[in-house]
Amino acid sequence: MSSTSAAVRIEGVHKRFVDKESGRSIVALRDIHLAIPTGTLCAFVGPDGAGKTTLLRLMAGLLRADAGTLDMLGVDVQRDPQQIQDRISYMPQRFGLYEDLSVQENLDLYADLHGVAAEARVQRYQRLMDMTGLARFTTRPAGKLSGGMKQKLGLACTLVRSPELLLLDEPTVGVDPLSRVELWEIVEQLRHDEQLTVIISTAYLDEAQRCAQVYVMHEGEVLAHGTPESLSQHAQGRCFTARGDSRAPGRVLQSQLLDAVDMVIDAVPLGGAVRFVLNEATAPDAAPLHAILKGARIEAEAPRLEDGFMVLMRAKLQHAAAEPRRAAPTLAARASPTPVPLAPGSAMIEVRDLVRKFDDFVAVNSTSFAVSRGEIFGLLGPNGAGKTTTFRMLCGLLPATSGFLQVAGVNLRTARADARRRIGYVSQKFSLYGNLSVLENLEFFGGAYGLRGKRLRERIDTVLEQFELRGLERTPSGHLPGGFKQRLAMAVGLLHEPDILFLDEPTSGTDPLARREFWRRITSLADTGVTIIITTHFLDEAEYCDRILIQDAGELKALGTPRDVWVQAGHSATSPLNMERAFIDIVQQSRQAEIQRNAEVAHGA
Amino acid sequence: MAHEVPAMHERARHRHSPRAVLLRLVALTRKEVRQLLRDKSILAIGLLLPVMLMLLFGYGLSLDVRNAPIAVVMEDASRAAIDAVVGLQLSPFLSPVMLTSMHEAEALMLTREVDGIVRVPGDFSRAMAAGEASIQVIVHGTEASRASIILNYLTATLAQQGIRRIDRSALGNASGIGSVDVESRLWFNEANTSTWYLVPGLIVLIITLVGAFLTALVMAREWERGTFEALFVSPVKPVEILLAKIIPYFCVGIIGLTMCLVTATSLFAVPIQGSLPILLFASVLYLLVALGIGLLISSVTRNQFMASQVSLLASLLPVFMLSGFMFDLRNVPAAINIIGHLLPATHFMSLIKSLMLAGNVWPQIILECSILAAYAVLFIGLARMVTRKRLD
Repeated sequence: MSSTSAAVRIEGVHKRFVDKESGRSIVALRDIHLAIPTGTLCAFVGPDGAGKTTLLRLMAGLLRADAGTLDMLGVDVQRDPQQIQDRISYMPQRFGLYEDLSVQENLDLYADLHGVAAEARVQRYQRLMDMTGLARFTTRPAGKLSGGMKQKLGLACTLVRSPELLLLDEPTVGVDPLSRVELWEIVEQLRHDEQLTVIISTAYLDEAQRCAQVYVMHEGEVLAHGTPESLSQHAQGRCFTARGDSRAPGRVLQSQLLDAVDMVIDAVPLGGAVRFVLNEATAPDAAPLHAILKGARIEAEAPRLEDGFMVLMRAKLQHAAAEPRRAAPTLAARASPTPVPLAPGSAMIEVRDLVRKFDDFVAVNSTSFAVSRGEIFGLLGPNGAGKTTTFRMLCGLLPATSGFLQVAGVNLRTARADARRRIGYVSQKFSLYGNLSVLENLEFFGGAYGLRGKRLRERIDTVLEQFELRGLERTPSGHLPGGFKQRLAMAVGLLHEPDILFLDEPTSGTDPLARREFWRRITSLADTGVTIIITTHFLDEAEYCDRILIQDAGELKALGTPRDVWVQAGHSATSPLNMERAFIDIVQQSRQAEIQRNAEVAHGA
Repeated sequence: MAHEVPAMHERARHRHSPRAVLLRLVALTRKEVRQLLRDKSILAIGLLLPVMLMLLFGYGLSLDVRNAPIAVVMEDASRAAIDAVVGLQLSPFLSPVMLTSMHEAEALMLTREVDGIVRVPGDFSRAMAAGEASIQVIVHGTEASRASIILNYLTATLAQQGIRRIDRSALGNASGIGSVDVESRLWFNEANTSTWYLVPGLIVLIITLVGAFLTALVMAREWERGTFEALFVSPVKPVEILLAKIIPYFCVGIIGLTMCLVTATSLFAVPIQGSLPILLFASVLYLLVALGIGLLISSVTRNQFMASQVSLLASLLPVFMLSGFMFDLRNVPAAINIIGHLLPATHFMSLIKSLMLAGNVWPQIILECSILAAYAVLFIGLARMVTRKRLD
């Protein structure tokens, strides 16, 4: 039927939205042209507000373009959206599962709506259950699944029948690395078995690297497109790894490199070293560069998609803003935290035999660890491992069932209010008042922390400066772009100069550019002596941490520096680090041990 | 699975076949029923609240006055004076408090411990002998309708006593106290009539509640939770989504209606003078109007909080205030009367009242049913128009 070689052909598409409150119109997409061949896997990547979701919604016939044509499977979507909706499957960013229906009932609903025949259904369900591991949960209400499981169920509902085209909008946001690998296996298997055309939008460039075609989007435009290899070429000959003193955390050198804005485009701690990309004007043997590297060995590396992406983004941003990129403000110079006297050698956080039960369910089981001042401590684990529960107990939001818990020298069980004054908390969701301005939010939360008068004004001035929120004081915080909202949330969390800052999945769903900026702030905060406790699903970010803790099924599975954890996962101490690998190995090993134990128990009985 | 892709037009035809439409409708309705059964708050509003309201209005709220506290100031302690007020003690509607000073009585009145004062002046027996006796009656007037009922009871009771005294003394020329014009209708007022009058109105209220208020939440909830986005990219048609919402809530409405009618006739012995099938038919029409209004509000607001506020203001409150439930529309200013008659509830209200209390009035039945049918078509049609498979 569709004899055209392109499954999707988009020409000159424009789309603008009108902001209801201000009445201003916002350009979401500007003159988009693209052609996606049948049977390929294609990715849209780009920062927040690039227009990825709008483009996918236009393709699904859920929005109308202001201009241009969208030809999908040989059909004009604008003219006949129903026909396209009959033939494609679409997984929105927030897949709306019916939370009060069970897993099976959700699946049945979508199978019925797509008219999947009973015989086909048996096979299909079997396969989806095998792929997603949902078979154990068929009777559970969808609302009671963990985040990763919900996402997998969303994908299963999307795949109850064989579509001709599959649209996936950020399907792996908030999904742990293990589930992410499984999700990708499902997608690739389907593409292979059924010659499916798949279009996916993602913030993870390692995912985009698996695709045949990648479109790099920015502010409603396609910046570049091509194979991951051709896009990587933008950073050809400019990628290096620096291996310095192995005892110092990689992030020290990384932040120095990232701050050298006139030479370096990008720098990340990776594999126990620092990977960086130089700009066109800088030679790898430039003297100022070596002043920073201080004798660290450097090796040339083959470029990855992420490197190419960063080169494209920096070029675009530099072009857009006449003002060149500035280094993140060095917080040490501005904020002067008043050090709280602490007994020497005592830890900032000390946890011994911590247990939390919900009825019979043990969410966290006898966990012990300690965090010292100025440390960046990462809390990692698959969805439903007990991270959030541990986190909430540390912040004093949830009482522990048993165990010893001391935060900033204060016992949380006896003096919770006192301990809370020493901590700042930035939740995963934006939890400030959207209709209050930036300044009003700061004033309100400052007051809530007991700051007033001159002291409050001083602190507000400091954090406005520190998080570059000057000029936005009067903006309602609900209208701030995503990255600014997070900055404001951090500013609020740091108003009362806490000793410890808790961050719950702060980088979930954000693009590499925003993540670099975020981590630069975090590392400089840690330099001022603030202790950072953070959860994340990006395992490469574990390398910014001094130490990490991996939890699974409520149990502590690994604890130590990234290098220690790599060794605990069974790898050689000298081989290059791969935190994602280490994480997957540890979780799989613990799960296999669990299965074995159960088998032995069954056998013994 | 991979290779059995049938010809495209074959597939397309299959998707529009009546069987496929029915299959989808059944699937969506089943989903809706499951959600409804699992959400205790919806069941409570849909089934428990009607019964609660019925019992509350039937037993608790009645517009009649019983045991109203009255201060009786006896400035004259003579036999004649006591005779004049003794009737107050016997009345089931009044409960007198005997006092001797007007000052005390005024204090009680100000603190709202009594609803009225009956003052027997010091010269009562002397004036009585002269045939010019008078008793002062004062009633707290803040609640006008209650005050006028109490005033009527007081004058009627006092007058009754006067008649009796006149009978006993057999003095034909004595004029007695107050007017002898006794309003026996009030005296024999049966406490049940206000329940009879309220029950039909309550049925209107309950259908509005189930139809408009509950359904106002259901579409908005799907928009809010983002469940529509995935649902839209499927062969589902907007009309199927709407029908699947209407069917289960229609059933809840019918159950609520049945419970109201059973409670009304069995507990409160409210008569159904007209034909029951016609009453049910009219109720179904009004239920459809209410469902249409609810779905329209829900689809336009796309937000549960807004939807519940709007449906409260646009459907429930007008039923209370403007439909003739509490206030007779014949007694209101013309402008409000017109607004009242624009409400579908008003037409159903007058129809159901006359069907229950008066009987079949055919011209009225035909007129009001046609108006209701027109409203049902209008609102459901509008709801269909605003429900599109689009996010902008």
